[in-house]
Amino acid sequence: MEIKELELHANRIRKNILTEVHSANSGHPGGSLSGADILTEIYFEQMDINKDNVDSIDRDRFVLSKGHASPLLYGTLKEKGLLEDDLTTFRKINSNLQGHPNMNEVAGVDMSTGSLGQGISCAVGMAIVNKLVDKNNHRIYCLLGDGECEEGQVWEACMAAAHYKLDNLCAVLDYNHLQIDGNIDDVISPEPFASKFESFGWNVLNVNGHDFYELRNAFEQAKQVKDKPTMIIAHTIKGKGVSFMENNYAWHGTAPNDEQYETAMKELGGLE
Amino acid sequence: MAKEATRNAYGKALAELVIERDDVLVLDADLTKSTKTIDAKKARPEHHFNMGIAEGNMMAVAAGMAASNKVVYASSFAMFAAGRAFEQIRNSICYPNLNVKVCATHAGITVGEDGASHQCIEDIALMRSIPNMKVFVPCDQYQAKAIVKAVADIDGPCYVRLGRGAVEDVYDENYKFELGKGKVLREGQKIALIATGMMVQEALKAADILAKEDISVTVVDMPCIKPIDEELIEKIAKSHELIITCEEHNVYGGLGSAVSEVTSKKSPVRMEMMGMQDTFGESGTPNELLAKYGLNADHIVEKVKECL
Repeated sequence: MEIKELELHANRIRKNILTEVHSANSGHPGGSLSGADILTEIYFEQMDINKDNVDSIDRDRFVLSKGHASPLLYGTLKEKGLLEDDLTTFRKINSNLQGHPNMNEVAGVDMSTGSLGQGISCAVGMAIVNKLVDKNNHRIYCLLGDGECEEGQVWEACMAAAHYKLDNLCAVLDYNHLQIDGNIDDVISPEPFASKFESFGWNVLNVNGHDFYELRNAFEQAKQVKDKPTMIIAHTIKGKGVSFMENNYAWHGTAPNDEQYETAMKELGGLE
Repeated sequence: MAKEATRNAYGKALAELVIERDDVLVLDADLTKSTKTIDAKKARPEHHFNMGIAEGNMMAVAAGMAASNKVVYASSFAMFAAGRAFEQIRNSICYPNLNVKVCATHAGITVGEDGASHQCIEDIALMRSIPNMKVFVPCDQYQAKAIVKAVADIDGPCYVRLGRGAVEDVYDENYKFELGKGKVLREGQKIALIATGMMVQEALKAADILAKEDISVTVVDMPCIKPIDEELIEKIAKSHELIITCEEHNVYGGLGSAVSEVTSKKSPVRMEMMGMQDTFGESGTPNELLAKYGLNADHIVEKVKECL
């Protein structure tokens, strides 16, 4: 796919994210916007997911371990043409679009997540089945938050993934440096990431998480690595694409008001 | 009378299951020899995965496997399965209603010498409070085997509470498990003992002692804590003056609570709850502990006489 085309998908996903959190008047825009290019690359270039196989597990799968970035996942599925639900029902009563994703309510949501640290373990379970039991060639993708890595379970999962040599597992760290209470280095530092993941037995790649060339190359490299899971450390900007949200942790879990929404949509509209 | 630990029966049943069914996978957290999943590992090593001493991860890995159309048996001690990994069981297994069977061994105070840190007396309460979860407490090897096999066919998460120590047989190889059903083992008057797990044997022994003194009590085995046999409980409540529940668990949130939830709605009746009286256990032999904490046949006899 042309880079320009990927950029347009990502831009529309960002608009979807803003529409979701604005209509819900709650939700997590910052960490959804930071991961928009990563999910665009996964859903539009890497995963073999489409309308015909979305209900099946006989395909690549994705686990949103940082489940609070649900607007990103719903926004991506919408842009991919897999989601019928109206995005403005996000977080509203009787909606399928729960605050954190529910796999039984939305086709294409491959795991229910939201409690941090658990999604990566679920992805490990899927990867063990694919590689060691069903012995198929499907890949498992997973998006982790940087603050999420403060959960000990992430490291338990990493230990298990390396032990079982899960080269069919490719996780991406959305390294935007900010969590609810501030900069991750101020809250409690989970760094250094690269040497930690390496020492846990992972193949580690560093990329600019907003550069499609780098993202694409990293995913392709991961496929060539044998007997090791891959962690792509994607250096990102929280709130990416909306000037007043960028690098501001206040936008972790705050929805824009009407005026802010208009301004943000205008900024993104300019790219089309 | 033959004696066998319910965990041993679990190991044997699981070893058969992994051969019978290609979709059954087994996870353990470095306790394969204690939980007896080692039997399944020997039977089909490629379907057994040791996740190390990381129970929270193990439960979420089990969820990921179940989301891949597998039926996953995940085992550890009750304390670390239901206790430590509670939230993983709640959010990654029960919320998405996935096919994970948490089979937890070494439940209750009969763990013995390891002491209170390893004597889980809260697991029934924890597990039955989660939507979608079903909870089973077998009393002997035959019931344990039947339940371990039956849960493979139940759609959704299940918790099976198993014991460390050898317990006498209540049933035989002809035992048939019925989901959501209790079983009347003795018919008596006025007082009914409703027991679960190894306390069924104690209740039966108590009934035998009382029978010699011409006191006849009803004894009910309640292996399904959730869903519980509401029909039978209502019938017992209507035909008796007192129900005494017997469980190797804290009196808060376990069998006693589950039974009283039914009686208070359908047929209020006086109840006594025998179990751990909101206290931790300690090191000792299982028999010493059951005696000290009021959970053996002698204490049930005493309680019945006190209530007559």
